[in-house]
Amino acid sequence: MGAKAYLTFEQVGMSFRRGTLATEVLRDVDLKIDEGEYVSIIGHSGCGKSTLLNIVGGLLKSTTGEVFLEGQVVDAPGPDRAIVFQNHSLLPWLTVYGNVRIAVDKVFGRSKSASERHDWVMHKLDLVQMAQHKDKRPHEISGGMKQRVGIARALAMQPKVLLMDEPFGALDALTRAHLQDSVMDIHAKLGNTVMMITHDVDEAVLLSDRIVMMTNGPSATIGDVLAVGLPRPRRRLELATDAEYTRCRAAVMEFLYARHKLPSRAA
Amino acid sequence: MPSVAQALKPAATEPDTPASAAEIVALPIKKPSLAERYGPMLRDLSSRIVPPVIVLALVLLVWEMLCSQAGARLPPPSKVVKDTWDFIIDPFYDNGGIDKGAFWHIAKSLSRVAIGFTLAAIVGIALGVLIGQSTWAMRGLDPIFQVLRTIPPLAWLPLSLAGFRDAQPSAIFVIFITSIWPVIINTSVGVRNIPQDYRNVAAVIRLSWYEFFWKITLPATVPYIFTGLRIGVGLSWLAIVAAEMLIGGVGIGFFIWDAWNSSRISDIIVALVYIGLVGFLLDRLIAALGHVVSHGTSVS
Repeated sequence: MGAKAYLTFEQVGMSFRRGTLATEVLRDVDLKIDEGEYVSIIGHSGCGKSTLLNIVGGLLKSTTGEVFLEGQVVDAPGPDRAIVFQNHSLLPWLTVYGNVRIAVDKVFGRSKSASERHDWVMHKLDLVQMAQHKDKRPHEISGGMKQRVGIARALAMQPKVLLMDEPFGALDALTRAHLQDSVMDIHAKLGNTVMMITHDVDEAVLLSDRIVMMTNGPSATIGDVLAVGLPRPRRRLELATDAEYTRCRAAVMEFLYARHKLPSRAA
Repeated sequence: MPSVAQALKPAATEPDTPASAAEIVALPIKKPSLAERYGPMLRDLSSRIVPPVIVLALVLLVWEMLCSQAGARLPPPSKVVKDTWDFIIDPFYDNGGIDKGAFWHIAKSLSRVAIGFTLAAIVGIALGVLIGQSTWAMRGLDPIFQVLRTIPPLAWLPLSLAGFRDAQPSAIFVIFITSIWPVIINTSVGVRNIPQDYRNVAAVIRLSWYEFFWKITLPATVPYIFTGLRIGVGLSWLAIVAAEMLIGGVGIGFFIWDAWNSSRISDIIVALVYIGLVGFLLDRLIAALGHVVSHGTSVS
């Protein structure tokens, strides 16, 4: 962790109030993420990890504490914190190209010419291997392809932080592996700062520089942070027998299933 | 595969060579024959057309048998066609007054529907968007609409005659007031049901209110709007026939009333068939339009 962190959480807490009943979801979340770092947030469902991501994204306002990006307080949504949504959230009436273009037009409408914006969109679609499907509509492509477009749209905003909310959660195992490899490639090429929510231990270890493990809600907070000391580029086949991989995997499993087992409910 | 290469060569350079082993190899490259390409399409088409044709034939047969007996009050289909043959084959005649061909009556009715329904669509979508976006407007207007929409179309006619003092605008107003409710209600439901996901996307890319309306609200609501428009156009076609019976003049509604007064029962039956077909086409037209406008996301 460097002295001047890129993305900083300071005492972030979140309570939802319904009538007189207040539920504290998050309490005292402190975290520093460096530029270019890939950080995963892992925890059982209901631990407020999506809430945390929505606070960074500006879709929710924390009740206590602040999030700083490059020293600036985060208090509204914006393209510098692009989000890849779990359910892709593509606009069904636009083509693959149109879905990326609408974001590019809005973010770079003033700074780039129309042809530059077109090239920019095509470059991002190329990056996620969707350029040849640019004229299809979301209902004509598979779930994995939709998520690729969602990633292209987020990348096209050239965000300071890429936020991913269980981006591969709704995909089958093979598609997920394929997409994870794509994300690793893109991260290697572009060096984005990434914050990813996941509930998949292997995914977290494979992709992350650090894994942030959340305790169970209510009043969830960061239980432990694990640095993954695996060199990049990482290859999933070689990792299967790697000692560091096994150690990290075991540490996360130990945290999730022994120290912070979901009480009484089945996970 | 050297044999394939050899086989393809003569077939390509001399397509007219007599049948040989070579041509058998080359065959799959050829396009499928006409029968292969259109066979399944024809079969699909016939499987859709044959059942209604058979049922229609049975209905006509039963009708013919029931109404051919002595003392039957309604004419059998054979008599209907015989009585109205001139009317059916020449829909464009115009002898002045209201003695016109079917085309002119239907065109007049359709023009009234077109004006009233277009106004209803514009005002209905605007009000629907307002109600969908503003909780206050919804709470204020929704109860009033829920009461007004149950008023039968013809009940509005005397009031609109009193207001406009003219048959033509009164008929159009009846169309308008009949077809606007489903448009308003469906549009407002559509606006209220815009998924949170789309709102999140719009928030992240920071769409302004104006951009959100044009780029998210309208396209996301289009399937709902067209559901409302389809119900509306059906209702307006129901209302125009009834309204025209009362206001008179050219129009398919008054044509039926006039035929009844002159005991031309066969004309009434032909007019009913025409009304049904036009109503069906109107519904299909709006559905097809919705399908195109919503890029296939709305059901047709």
